[in-house]
Amino acid sequence: MFTGEQIATLLSDLGVTHVVTVPDSTIGRWEPSIERHQALRLVRVCREGEAWQVAAGLQLGGATPIVMIQCTGLFESGDALRNAVHDWKLPLFAIIGYRSYLDQAKLPGDTCLVFTEPVLDAWRIDYRLVTEPSQLDVIRDHFTACRAAARPGAALIAE
Amino acid sequence: MTRVTSADQRIPLVASLETLHGVRRDDEVVITTMGSAREWMRFGEPHPLDIVLVPSSMGHGTSLGLGLALARPDRRIIVCTGDGSLLMNLGSLVSIVAASVPNLVVIVFDNGVYEVTGQQPTAGGAGARDGARPVDYAGIARAAGFDRVFECGDVAQWRRSARAMLDGAGPTFIALDVEPVPGATAPHSPGRAADRARRFMDAFAAR
Repeated sequence: MFTGEQIATLLSDLGVTHVVTVPDSTIGRWEPSIERHQALRLVRVCREGEAWQVAAGLQLGGATPIVMIQCTGLFESGDALRNAVHDWKLPLFAIIGYRSYLDQAKLPGDTCLVFTEPVLDAWRIDYRLVTEPSQLDVIRDHFTACRAAARPGAALIAE
Repeated sequence: MTRVTSADQRIPLVASLETLHGVRRDDEVVITTMGSAREWMRFGEPHPLDIVLVPSSMGHGTSLGLGLALARPDRRIIVCTGDGSLLMNLGSLVSIVAASVPNLVVIVFDNGVYEVTGQQPTAGGAGARDGARPVDYAGIARAAGFDRVFECGDVAQWRRSARAMLDGAGPTFIALDVEPVPGATAPHSPGRAADRARRFMDAFAAR
């Protein structure tokens, strides 16, 4: 979908300071470029729920984090996300890999396709679906709009 | 690892927190959760750099502290968590070491029970382990890569040593063996979390 360099440059342009992540086979390939980028710090955590709360701490501390996880990690994230975004009203943004959206041969019947978007809706996360390499600006525009409105958001990256 | 403990002694929770309250410096952030939050709020007017993590996502005080420590390497961040909470997010100890944050201190108040829900034993506490020894949280921290690890089960020693334990380049892990508080309940929120977040951010940015 995107190269690591494209993502690292985009995040840097947007003023992101920290990328808090658990990788998958798509977004994980971006890590070397993010790590090389001087304006960005990659923060590796062990479980996706952690990522939201680390991002919450970063936000409270004046940084501009994003959470970068797979949709399966979104499912794991529920209570941590709820607390950070809805109790504490921290306008966190996430890039979420959407497993099996483009490739359904590897995991036929993958229920990620059933639950990912309803779960985002349930958690009231305003998201944009990105399915083409030409849609880098969809992430840029949505992040910028969410920042301006101080509300949470996500870019759902088809995999 | 430094062990300052005696097998028969446990520290009253309030006394352990009074000590921390007394030695806490004005520019240090203190995050409290569950039982520590409940008792911390009894100490009077909150400090602008207190985060009473109520409501919380249980176990994530350590993760929140990691984020703050990364955002502000110039400030010491002290996270007060319980053993039940830590069990829910043990991986955060690994993440903390990986992030290499010398300004983060994790204090686990180990009473062996889920105090606020009626003192049911945690899976790591002696009451749930059928004779097996209780979980060694300091040992877990050391295995996760913490170099500065302290254990204390004696209130006099804690009073004497607390400041020295907090100081120094971490990340630091302190395991306090504390007594459960009989009849204790869950802490009440001291106000809308979003309002408190905004006040904290203003205070933290200004200092």
